[in-house]
Amino acid sequence: MSSATIESTRPRVDSAARTAERAVNNRITSTRPEEQSATHASGKANPIAHLSPEDIESIGRELDAIRDSVMSTRGADDANYIRQTIKLQRWIELSSRGVLLFSGFWPAFIVGTAGLTVAKILENTEIGHNILHGQWDWMRDPKIHSSSWEWDFASPAEQWKKSHNVGHHTYTNVVGMDDDLGYTILRVDPAQEWEPKHLIQPITNFFTALIFEYGIAAYDLDVKGFKEGTKDKKEFLSDLRKVITKIRNQMGKDYVLHPLLSGPNFLTTLAANAIANTLRNIWTHSVIFCGHFPEGVETFEVESIEGETRGEWYLRQMLGSANIEGSEVMHVMTGNLSHQIEHHLFPDMPSNRYKQVAPKIRELMDRHQLRYVTGPLHKQVGSAWHKVIKYSLPNPSPERSQLGQVADVLAGKAVRAGVALLHRTQRRQYRRALAA
Amino acid sequence: MGRFVNALVTPLLPGDYLDLFHPLRKGADLRGRVMAVERHSSSATTVTIRPGRGWSGHRPGQYIRIGVEVNGVRLWRAYSITSRVGQADGLITITVRAIPDGKVSHHVLRNLRPGTIVMLDQATGDFTQPSRPPAKVLFLTAGSGITPVMGMLRNHQFEDAVVVHSSPDPSQMLFADELHSRASRGQFRLVERFTSTEGTLPVSSIADVVPDWAERIAWVCGPTGLLDDAEAHWEQEGASALLHVERFRPRIIAEGEGGSVTFTQSDVTVDAPAATPLLDVGEDAGVLMPSGCRMGICFNCVASLTSGAVRDLRTGETTQAIDEDPVLIQTCVSAAAGPCSIKL
Repeated sequence: MSSATIESTRPRVDSAARTAERAVNNRITSTRPEEQSATHASGKANPIAHLSPEDIESIGRELDAIRDSVMSTRGADDANYIRQTIKLQRWIELSSRGVLLFSGFWPAFIVGTAGLTVAKILENTEIGHNILHGQWDWMRDPKIHSSSWEWDFASPAEQWKKSHNVGHHTYTNVVGMDDDLGYTILRVDPAQEWEPKHLIQPITNFFTALIFEYGIAAYDLDVKGFKEGTKDKKEFLSDLRKVITKIRNQMGKDYVLHPLLSGPNFLTTLAANAIANTLRNIWTHSVIFCGHFPEGVETFEVESIEGETRGEWYLRQMLGSANIEGSEVMHVMTGNLSHQIEHHLFPDMPSNRYKQVAPKIRELMDRHQLRYVTGPLHKQVGSAWHKVIKYSLPNPSPERSQLGQVADVLAGKAVRAGVALLHRTQRRQYRRALAA
Repeated sequence: MGRFVNALVTPLLPGDYLDLFHPLRKGADLRGRVMAVERHSSSATTVTIRPGRGWSGHRPGQYIRIGVEVNGVRLWRAYSITSRVGQADGLITITVRAIPDGKVSHHVLRNLRPGTIVMLDQATGDFTQPSRPPAKVLFLTAGSGITPVMGMLRNHQFEDAVVVHSSPDPSQMLFADELHSRASRGQFRLVERFTSTEGTLPVSSIADVVPDWAERIAWVCGPTGLLDDAEAHWEQEGASALLHVERFRPRIIAEGEGGSVTFTQSDVTVDAPAATPLLDVGEDAGVLMPSGCRMGICFNCVASLTSGAVRDLRTGETTQAIDEDPVLIQTCVSAAAGPCSIKL
């Protein structure tokens, strides 16, 4: 077999990932870190400028030790936790759907909708997301395994794993490589280039929250990459077919079959499913927003990860994530993504163990004067939304006001569009003249 | 109807919900419920299992694969079925002897409790008697090799059978009481050998204890050495057609630094260094390797380790697999720890 064939049939990673492939590979075998400078090229303060390369590698070793202390003690209690959680989720879903058969009776409607919402949230977060991260692969149970699990979410597990586990978890918060920074539709960092579409991003974001799962499906499908020519057409179409099948199945279940099963209560059951899906979308959108967008979270430049060591990778994960404080129930409902910092350091650690390592991570970060970004849910959500509003305008500049910059860009666009229109009209008149 | 129900529960399957109510129902993945655990000695345990409705029975001498959760990890092992065929209560039994460093056998000995659900496979193996057992039979066994033979002795009547069984000493002899009582009732002639005092019985001197051995159809089960010797001896005497051997355990996995890696579906074998991820080894050898983050976090590179051992380059921990129990591993952070096979 020729090497060209091998290359073309190998599972694709996005082009950015591909170019960085070798550098990433080096991380296991650790190369010497480069000199740290006090500021980024953008002029922003470098949060790790006070750390020597030795400090960074010692942080790396300390984190490895914390990881090992948990991973080597995974056992029956952990296995029991995920099995019981799955069981609980299935009971809640089953009984809620049962109750919704009588959704014409308003108390049944309320109880059933609430139950279904909780079931759908648990299924996506504490169960689906975490299983697809391989957190439970060690149990060797083929039914609870990252390679076989499928979830109640528009994006097929296989496509989500590629975009999320590879793109986002490897290149976390690297501007231009981690598309989770705004999901290609929002501007959430001053280092991202401003475009006119960002003017309405608070509105875009609100509607994205309502239909979050479809937004993620389109994002995982890399619609943008296909339009720009970085994603192969054949691959795109095959992925698209899978997404359409998945969405058809999901919609058929929630909006046709279960309503039909409810007989005279068709419409109320349909409404209950729509509400549950929407509430789940808003909730997961909020949780995910809190993970990387609140104030204080760092972003990184592509240059900063060249030849990155394991210690540096760990630092980027810690500084590029934010936690949420709250009750035990809140932690479970977020799929323990409320421990986003711990999750990003150890994405394959069973989620029930994050709370156990969190104090150690916080202590380590405090000791090294690194900011452990955390806060209650409402504060983190507010902070993320503040960014969405703030960065809907171009960066402030001493020469030109923000609105002035907007006007310039829009005017420039208008002029270019006008010129293009003029050219088209002229061409048409010319052709007409020729024909006559 | 089936399609309708499937569509109601997508992306799960109806069975995922039915398992909440009845994990042993017909149509479910085959499972069994442990009904009793009886410890005979410091090392042997008999486990009684009620198989799920999908169980299709067994023939004496056959074995089953059982998936048991040890510290949360599902491990599969093969054990001979020793119970009578078609018991009215539908129960089956296996007898497990704890072997040194045996994760599953020690778990069964110490921690397995009645009520536990275990995974099962249908019975398999051709170490069985023909529909009409031959007139003259020889059973040559050692250690836990007696278990499939016990299954046969409990199920068949033999006109003329001899059981030659070796064990380290009387206290470690499996089924000692039952073998003695059956022998005293004349079901077979029993020749016991205790190797700690008498030494191992050389297969070549089988004629000393069973002079008419060459007229008997033989079933041999025990350690690999015994099986190899038996095959050599029967062949040398031109009697191979009379010999049945059972060869499925135990397997010793050689652990080391690096080793020869076989990619079974690509039919490629290469020597892998101790510190090179199998992903790189495979790619360099031209194997189509799935890959992702290449740093152990995304799980896009997992492949099935079907035999041998690999070492996690991050922690130094090793993972072992045998044919009965393949394991999915992350090739990007695993290196060969001795000879191993990857299903790619």
